[in-house]
Amino acid sequence: MTTDRAKEKAKALLLPLAVLLAFEAWARATHLQSDSLAPPSEIIMALAGAFADFSILTATRDTLFSAFAGLAIGTVIGLALGIAFGISDTLNRLMEVTVEAVRPIPSIALLPIALIALGFGYRMEIVIVAFACVWPILILSRAAVRSIEPRLMEVSRALRLPAAQRVWKIIIPAALPRIFVAFRLSAGIALIVAVTVEIAINPLGLGAGIMLAQQALRPDLMLAYLVWIGAIGYALNILLVVAQHRLFGRAALSGDSA
Amino acid sequence: MNRNATVWLWRAASFAVAASFIALWQLIANLKLVSPVFLPGPDRAWTSLVRGFSNGDLGNKLAGTLEHMAYGWLAASIAGIAIGAIIGSSRIMRTYVAPSLEFLRPLPVSAIIPVAIAMLGLTQAMALFVIAFGAIWPIMLATIHGFAAVEPRLYEVARSLQMSRLAVIFKVALPSASPDILAGMRLSLTVALILSVVCEILAGLDGLGHWVLLSARAFRSADLFAGVILLGLTGYVTSVAMSMAEHRLLAWQAAQR
Repeated sequence: MTTDRAKEKAKALLLPLAVLLAFEAWARATHLQSDSLAPPSEIIMALAGAFADFSILTATRDTLFSAFAGLAIGTVIGLALGIAFGISDTLNRLMEVTVEAVRPIPSIALLPIALIALGFGYRMEIVIVAFACVWPILILSRAAVRSIEPRLMEVSRALRLPAAQRVWKIIIPAALPRIFVAFRLSAGIALIVAVTVEIAINPLGLGAGIMLAQQALRPDLMLAYLVWIGAIGYALNILLVVAQHRLFGRAALSGDSA
Repeated sequence: MNRNATVWLWRAASFAVAASFIALWQLIANLKLVSPVFLPGPDRAWTSLVRGFSNGDLGNKLAGTLEHMAYGWLAASIAGIAIGAIIGSSRIMRTYVAPSLEFLRPLPVSAIIPVAIAMLGLTQAMALFVIAFGAIWPIMLATIHGFAAVEPRLYEVARSLQMSRLAVIFKVALPSASPDILAGMRLSLTVALILSVVCEILAGLDGLGHWVLLSARAFRSADLFAGVILLGLTGYVTSVAMSMAEHRLLAWQAAQR
């Protein structure tokens, strides 16, 4: 069983390795001179260099700080609205048009508004990330609250729990596995939006780093940033998937289809 | 009939709530609680929207954005379904190629923009490449997934009928994977819109992204809000159109169940 899985993994690694080797060989054979490509060995050297002078670490910290701050704010707002809409059908129906009118605005379109209101820096990036994260959390937590076993709600009514306790003791624990799925999705979105804002305009973090490397005609450094951004995206995803399985086991899987 | 009436009543109430939010926005703007440099009232945004359309400026920008989005998305759809079908219909490709694609999936696609700029410059081609590259992932992965999830008995039937591989793809796999593929295409639509705006901002291409950025730089907040409203409307209309298309195209499946 384990050898089979190891074999599968080895097969999966074959293609990327072959591509990298072929590219390295081709770049050496042709003495590649390019503003947009660099052989893998140079990319690794550039990545090591960026680690050695801490520039990529500072950039990572800035990006992750903005992404997580925005994610936290977006989660709190999205969860509050999602739970409220999930509990009260009246509220949900009354707000429907408003939500549907604001939700389709692409988060990046808010960039110029945030720019003139807040200027460059962390704050405008955090606001845009938060806006992008609110919607998936709102929609999925609303669905999660609605799908709570009705008998649980009856119990809470029979116990005459006050509203705050009902939310805290019954609704959040019951809906938590599916809320975590929403959180996982939003974390991915947060990173994407943060990097996108930095690439488009904000002069900080990994996005600004990769743009700077491009403008300095350093393809090795640019691709090193690209690889690093990809690695962070991958690691974040793995981390959250593992956390989901550890925390909720099978319970979370039911929410994945939502 | 009665149920219909209550549905409409709720809708009307919901519109009234939305209208009162707009009224609140107007009130805040009128009282100048937020500086009018940042926040125009809905009246000014509307005037700007009407003016922009009547002199053709805004219409052109909207057309530019729609064009970027449509070309990139269509290219991504065709290539994504084709590549997805090739990978999904072959066991060898599924073991050797699909994991690499899954590995690349969490990469924030906008990070490819600097690479595309280095290769293609600040051009229309760069924008199309970036949009297509970003939009292809959901479609391609959905197609692979859809092909892998086809009811195995259908493949057995195809084999016993001695259908060729192409015939299997077109007559068995594609139809049965179509819900997955359409869901992927819907996701891609949002990606395409966002990347269009980003590319327009970066490369100064004709489009709403460029328009909102210029308006922001010149502190013309009414024009800026008009642009953002149009972008929201674009997102909404395209997603509604996609739902309708999905509904139409999958009607045969709903009937089957």
